[in-house]
Amino acid sequence: MKNVWTVATNTFREAVRDRVLYNLVFFALLMMGAAILVGQISIGIEESVIVSLGLTAISVIGLLIAVFIGVGLVSKEMEKRTLYALLAEPVERWEFLLGKFCGLVMTLTVNTAAMAVGLYLALWTVKHTLEKSDGWILVAVYLILLKLALIVALALLFSCFTTPFLAILFTAGIYVAGVFAGDLRTMQAVDLSPATMSLLKGISYLLPNFENFNVMGAVAHGRAVPGALVEQATLYAVAYGAVVLAGASAIFSRRNLK
Amino acid sequence: MQVDTGEVFGFLGPNGAGKSTTIKLLMRLIFPDGGTARILGKSIDDVSMHQETGYLPEQPYFYDYLTAAEVLDYFARFHRLTAADRQTRVENMLKKVGLETAKKIQLRKYSKGMLQRVGLAQAILHDPQVLILDEPMSGLDPLGRREVRDIILELKKEGRTVLFSTHILSDAEMLCDRVGVIVGGKLRGVGTPEEMVGIKTQGMEILFEVAEGKNLPLLAKATRTGERCRVEMPEDELYGAIEQLRAAGARILSVAQIKPTLEDFFMNLVEADRAQANAVEVSGK
Amino acid sequence: MEVALGVLLVSGLAGVWQLQKKIDVQRQALQEEREELVLRSPKLIKRMSLEYAPLVGALYWTRAVQYYGEKHRLRQIRQGSLELLWPLLDITTTLDPNLIVAYRFGSTFLSDAPPRGAGDPDHAVELLRRGVLANPDYWRLYQDMGNVYYFDKKDYPRAAEAFAEGAKNPQAAIWMKVMAAKIAAEGESLETSYFLWRDIYQTAQEPQIKKNAELHLRLVKVDLDLRELNRLADEYERRTGRRATKMSELVRAGLLSQLPGDPDGYPYVLGEGGKAELNLYSPMLEEKLMNK
Repeated sequence: MKNVWTVATNTFREAVRDRVLYNLVFFALLMMGAAILVGQISIGIEESVIVSLGLTAISVIGLLIAVFIGVGLVSKEMEKRTLYALLAEPVERWEFLLGKFCGLVMTLTVNTAAMAVGLYLALWTVKHTLEKSDGWILVAVYLILLKLALIVALALLFSCFTTPFLAILFTAGIYVAGVFAGDLRTMQAVDLSPATMSLLKGISYLLPNFENFNVMGAVAHGRAVPGALVEQATLYAVAYGAVVLAGASAIFSRRNLK
Repeated sequence: MQVDTGEVFGFLGPNGAGKSTTIKLLMRLIFPDGGTARILGKSIDDVSMHQETGYLPEQPYFYDYLTAAEVLDYFARFHRLTAADRQTRVENMLKKVGLETAKKIQLRKYSKGMLQRVGLAQAILHDPQVLILDEPMSGLDPLGRREVRDIILELKKEGRTVLFSTHILSDAEMLCDRVGVIVGGKLRGVGTPEEMVGIKTQGMEILFEVAEGKNLPLLAKATRTGERCRVEMPEDELYGAIEQLRAAGARILSVAQIKPTLEDFFMNLVEADRAQANAVEVSGK
Repeated sequence: MEVALGVLLVSGLAGVWQLQKKIDVQRQALQEEREELVLRSPKLIKRMSLEYAPLVGALYWTRAVQYYGEKHRLRQIRQGSLELLWPLLDITTTLDPNLIVAYRFGSTFLSDAPPRGAGDPDHAVELLRRGVLANPDYWRLYQDMGNVYYFDKKDYPRAAEAFAEGAKNPQAAIWMKVMAAKIAAEGESLETSYFLWRDIYQTAQEPQIKKNAELHLRLVKVDLDLRELNRLADEYERRTGRRATKMSELVRAGLLSQLPGDPDGYPYVLGEGGKAELNLYSPMLEEKLMNK
């Protein structure tokens, strides 16, 4: 596990030194400023707009980082061949992969936390006070982070066996599919056979159900998030993530590095 | 193929012969279809084997956002060293490969030669018993190559085993106890450099100077560049030739054995390969 | 050379700026003719919003408010001219079912008759039904529903039902229960109307809703005042045997403590047949005529 930590901290260091990251955070802060402006226009819902806008920004920017940098984690090392010297060291391939994963998740955590602070600042600017019900925003941010970690895992998986471009496409595709997974389950279509319906239902269970991590609607209106949901979403993320990472490890372990 | 403890083993072959591939197989960067390999008695599947092995990849590239000191420290962390130990070693390595002044500069600013040196440093940092170097001399200027040669000899003196691949035959002749030759993906022979090329000489060579116009039957076989002439002949004809020259009043510059070089050996192998391939093509039709 | 380049840059940008101004004028003329909701299907928009539906809902809500506000400001509200209000609110509440203010705003301005609203109480009820389904704790939606049934659909049994349903919530105001009984028994009455509008006026936070309630309140107050004044005039006739012709007579008779005025301060008068009326100069007269 020490090896995992070594790779993780190095990945984190790389993200920090990579100036692209700073621009994204700046962009997020800019959005918060816009949120305050929008609040002035839509009467009656300044708070809920700021929360919705803030959570959307956190989610979207996190998504971009998770997909693009997630895909690059392994493919950049393979392309630049920095991987060669590393794998000659006494480190297993799965340790390398897990370390990369943890490093990016650490980066995302820091990034998301910074943006959450920005969100609270924006909220405070409008309300001049913070209430207990605003604490649920943190829960929403936590769930978004779980979602992002899952996406990093998926990005890693795809980048282990396809080109970076395709990996980005596949990851984005699975994200969209995963958002609609719930809809797929409850969909009523008259002109499909029962067999097809069952098949679709099965697929909907296998896809990553990203709606599990979305509580924006409740939190924007200051409503509570049930503890059971948070628990189960966490377990889901851990379980699904473990499956994806295991798959990625298996593929990567047998990959020939030309 | 077997490499013995404490020897410097050269892995020779033309480009594309499979030297890098073999080394990458050893380092588990690519996977074999069949067969086994062991280093220090451990199967190459055993990750702990890497504790005792150092590897320098072909055209090494490292994280360009790190400095040399940081890269070495990073790699060192995968070995069982204390923090203080790690720091001393990194310092020593940097000194050894001559990068001490550049250690705080990010690798993106390094020249190819400097990167090669970082690679070498990374390979020997953890005091490995076995070193596997893929084209360690490539991209270096003559000074750099001399330095790498010196380091390899030093490693040999320390009792370590070195396997390196190269297509520069003169390096192999100078450094290696034994060589293995690989052409077209197949191992063609293992032995000392002399063994490979065979001990027998191919004849004698005389360099001499003679005024133009002088009538010498020898001249028919000689090549002339300005005043100098060079002629080859089988060993038993040597004294006859010297008599001729003495009689003609020619000035003898040197008399030497013609020894086949690895290069000749190589060329023959490659030629033979090509001939065989052609033959197959022809017969295949 | 650089000077020439600089001049070109500046003059080019200035030219573009001017051109854009001209184009804006052209497009403005075009836009006056059509108002469009390009995407109409709430479900489709919800799908397109992926995970970010509440935010998109907020955008549509803003649009709905501005749509109504513009029409109201330009006094363009007639029957059928607020046709986009329901679709906009439909989309808003599909995207964010918990946006309470959308239901409250929607129920007010969908059901109220022109020139105040769209005159579409059926859609208002539909909106509110969705609202209570998604927000069962928010008893005021039942209040709004009761108001729609009472004022615009004049369906008193259903109105009473709505108030009764809302009253079940332990946090509901006590008067909800009272109102349910009163409406069930009496149907429409000025006191009830006044009470209902006054509660909205006092508790509404959305400025447009508040303003609308104030308007209604004033109108009902006038009706109440006139009814009371007529009662007093009848009393005067009973006492003196003749019909009063001036308010001052009622004051002298001790039936009024002072000359009565309408919400704008203009004194009520006794008109033909000794019936109480609004003062000719009072702006309330026009208000009453416009909002019948």
